[in-house]
Formats: sequence, structure tokens, C-alpha cells
Amino acid sequence: MALPHATTTPSGIREPSVAGRSRRKVGVRAPWWFVVPAIAVYLFIVVVPSVNGALFSFTDWNGLRPDWSVVGLDNYARVFADRTARDALVNTLVLAAAATVVQNVVGLLLALGVNSMVKSRYVLRVIFFAPVVLTPLVAGYVWSFLLSPNGAVNDALRAVGLGSLAHDWLGDPDTALYAIVAEIVWQFSGYSMVIYLAGLQAIPSEVLEAATIDGAGAWSKFRRVVLPLLNGAVVINVMLCLIGGLKQFDQVMAMTGGGPGTATETISTTIYKSAFSLGDFPFSIALAVVMTVVIAVLAGIQFRLTQRKSS
Amino acid sequence: MHARYTWRTLTREATLVLLALVFLIPLVGLLNVSLKSQDSQTSALAFDFPPTLDNYAQAWDQASLGAALANSFAITAVSVVLIIAFSALAAYPLARVTRGWSRYTFSFVIGGLLIPGQLALLPLYATMRDLDLLGSVWSVILINVGQQMPFSVFLYTMFLRELPLDYEEAALLDGCGPVRSFVTVVFPLLRPVTGTVVILNTVGIWNEFFTPLLYLGGSDNTTAPVAIYGFVSQYVSQWPLIFAGLVISVIPILVVYFALQKHIIKGFAGGLKG
Repeated sequence: MALPHATTTPSGIREPSVAGRSRRKVGVRAPWWFVVPAIAVYLFIVVVPSVNGALFSFTDWNGLRPDWSVVGLDNYARVFADRTARDALVNTLVLAAAATVVQNVVGLLLALGVNSMVKSRYVLRVIFFAPVVLTPLVAGYVWSFLLSPNGAVNDALRAVGLGSLAHDWLGDPDTALYAIVAEIVWQFSGYSMVIYLAGLQAIPSEVLEAATIDGAGAWSKFRRVVLPLLNGAVVINVMLCLIGGLKQFDQVMAMTGGGPGTATETISTTIYKSAFSLGDFPFSIALAVVMTVVIAVLAGIQFRLTQRKSS
Repeated sequence: MHARYTWRTLTREATLVLLALVFLIPLVGLLNVSLKSQDSQTSALAFDFPPTLDNYAQAWDQASLGAALANSFAITAVSVVLIIAFSALAAYPLARVTRGWSRYTFSFVIGGLLIPGQLALLPLYATMRDLDLLGSVWSVILINVGQQMPFSVFLYTMFLRELPLDYEEAALLDGCGPVRSFVTVVFPLLRPVTGTVVILNTVGIWNEFFTPLLYLGGSDNTTAPVAIYGFVSQYVSQWPLIFAGLVISVIPILVVYFALQKHIIKGFAGGLKG
């Protein structure tokens, strides 16, 4: 996985005058038992239940009875035979892909915009970033109101003479998923923006000046100089968007609850409903394993692609 | 390099300001609708005169938002304090000790970044039930702390690796043991990254819906988002009332954001970079 690097570097602190390794002999000791609380809670909350989840996916464990038996791949067979689960898988992939592409394009454009000489750039940054801190569930409710048949979006369309486009965005199975994508883009483009902005500000101005002197136009400067130097920011942003999209739960629950029909069910909503509405733990757990594999595969692919690009 | 403010800059500025206004529409609509009377038929962006605060009073009572906000505060505060204590402590040997066990432990913890919480969901739920922690804020706090360990340990460890040893050595020469030297010398030097950890976790935990829904839904210990969820399903499409509830639930995080926006944006941007 392409791990992000911490950048909050300890500024204002002198570099050690001697190489770290020889210094280390002086005897600064960091006791091993400092890791115990973190490891204990990590094992208890993440590792043990995750391993159990993976193992239980091959059983009929239903969370209540202490006795259970191994059923092999039955749960997986049921997941892939199930209409809702298959719809949820497709919806989740479409939602994650669409949100990732649009949010990154919008975020990058916003970053380029506020990284310029415009006078209102600080205020603009604060406004574009504000939705990021908003509770996703709350933002989902606000959008479900704006997108309702008599909501502001349809009002606006009618006002500019596009009344024929106005309709029940969340009630139409063809548009509901994309309406949720629109909410996600609105809410998190500001996050992509600040990461791209940090990337843009790390580009030395001499590099851009050199390109200008060499006669590069605005587009070729962006394409051949800026974009390659933003590679790291792209990796982080794509990873954050993809994983966030693949886990999508809150906004769907607020905006559609998964409907109409199964048009906006995601993997997370299906895991939740099959376990806690239908009581089908084995099905839910198998779907969670599928989700884990999907995330691991996509992360692996992205890692491969970026490795090749940088080599 | 001092670029001039040209016509192109002006066009760009106008476009961005227009876009910012569009970005603000949902927030303005949220506030505006919450001030309308409940039988109002006007559009989301039309201002009704006189505005009313009735919805706020009613939402506050009906959704028990006072108690829910208090729970949100408590859960967020305790979780963040524990996350900082555990992850900063763990990062110290992980950054300073270069032997095998330290590197393996670091990879083991970081691996958690790739595991979605859904995988652990049901076994963890069963464990919490067996421990009689369903409905208790401690279940949510424990889960927050465990789930945030990988990223927070990662941030602290990366920061510590860049931090020179001089101060710790001086403390050692002054006769400080490792515990005292960590608490009085190292931890204060970690302040920038502690700020990032506080910001990212506070926003994330305050806004979290899924875990509290599962563990606190239906109990007396719900958090603000869970209370809102119940409230909305109870008062379907009574938008002015619902929106007043929404505003109350997001006021704390928005106030903090606008008060500390510079630090918060920096925290989000600084935690990560390619």
C-alpha cells in the first residue's frame, strides 16, 4: 500500500550534528513496554475480531449459539447468488469510482484556483473546506431535502428554464446513486483541495520559472511540470477517496436508505441490514470478507500503478 | 515571484467566488429552513419573515439533543485523550529502537490501515454483548481507540524518526529515566503532530455514525448523529423541525472549525502528503 508520509516535521529543531547511529550508543532507551497499551487495544478491537470474522465466514456462526459448524464456501455462494449483494457490490464500485474521479478533478481545480493571486484565496479555502468537517449524516439529510421534488435543485432548474430536467433525483433509480456521488463530491472536494494545495506549495518556484523561461505555455507547464510533481498528492487523494467510497454508509442511510429498490445499496448498508435487520450473520460476515478483499486488491493495483509510474 | 493582478486573475477570482456561493447553498438552506414556520411552503432559499426559533426549542426537547451532545462530547474527549496517550507512547520505542521486533511491530500496526472495520464488526459486537457493554459509551470509546491506533501510531512514529536525539540525551545525562524523559522532554516536542492527531480524530469521532448507531442506538447514551437519525425517522419530512435539530447537532463542530480554521485545514493537509 502506498503509505502516506508524515509531513509535520519538527521544525525549528537543530539537526543532530553527528550521524544518528553513533549517537544512539549514548544510550537513549525507549522501553519496549511502552507499546503494550496500544497493542493490547489494537489486538482486542481490530486484529482478533478481524481474524475471527474471516474464520467465521466459513461457518454458520450466528453470534448467539456457542456451537457452530463449518459450512465451507456456502456463505460465499449465497452472497454471490444474492441479488441485493450483487447490486450492492456493483453500486459500491460505481460510486467509489465516480466519486474518486470527480472529487479529484474538482479538488485539483479548486487547489489551482486558490493557489493563485486571487485576493479572496484565504476565505475561499475556508469555505471550500467547511463541508469536510460537517457530520456526513447531517449533510446527507440536507442534500436529500435540496434534491427532493420541490427542493432547491429543481427550483433552480425551473428558474433557468430547464424545468424539463427537474425530477425526483433520489426517487429515480437511474439518478439516485449519482445524486449521492454529487453530495460526496460537494462534501469532500475541499479535502482533496487542501492535499493538492500542500503539493502545489511544495513545488519550488524556480522550477516553474525555469519552465516559463524555456517557453512553456500554461497548459504544458501544468501537464509536464506541475502534474508529475503532484504524483504523491494524487496517490494519497485517490487512496482516501477510493477507500472512503468503498466503505460508504452514512450518506446513503441519510439520503435513500439504500433505495429505491436496491439502486443505492452499498456493501456497508447490506452488511448492516443483513446482520441487524435480517439476523443473517454468516451472510453478513462473508460479505465483509469480500469487501476486505476488494479493498486489498484495489489498493494493490494502485500501489503497482504508482510504483511503475515513479520508476 | 510577484505576479500582477491581471484581468485573467479577476476572471478567475469571479469564477471562484461564484463557485464558493454555490458551495454555501446547502449550508445557507440548512440554516434558512430551520428558521421557517413548520407549515411554510416557500422554497429552501426564500427567507420567511419573521423567522422563528420555535423549531429549535421543539427539536431540542423531542430529540433529547442536550443529553446526546453531552455524550458526544464525553466520547470524543475521552477517546482522543486515550488515542494520544497510547499512540504517542507506542511510537516512542517503534521510532527509537531499530531492532527487528520494533520494525515488525510497526508493520503489524500499520497493516490495520487496510482492514475495513466491517470485517471485525460481528465478532466484536458479540464480544461487547458478552461483556455487557452494549449501550455503554465505553464500547464506543474502546472501538474508537482501537480503530484509530494504526493511523495515529503511524503519524507519531514518522514524526519521531525525524526528531533529533539531542534533547533525550541531555535528559539522560541529567539523570532522567525513560519514563520521565518521555513525559517531560519528548512528549512536549511532539506538539505539532499531537495537534494533527487531535484534529483528525476529533472531527472523525464527533461525526461518526455507524459505531454509535450499532452500540448506543436505542439506549440513553446516544450521540448527536444517532439522536438525529432517530429524530428524522420520527418526524419524516417536517423539514423546518428536522433542520433545527441538524443545526443544533453541527453547531459545536462548525464553531470549532471557524474559530480554528487555519489549524484545522493545516491538520488535514499536514497529516498526509506524498
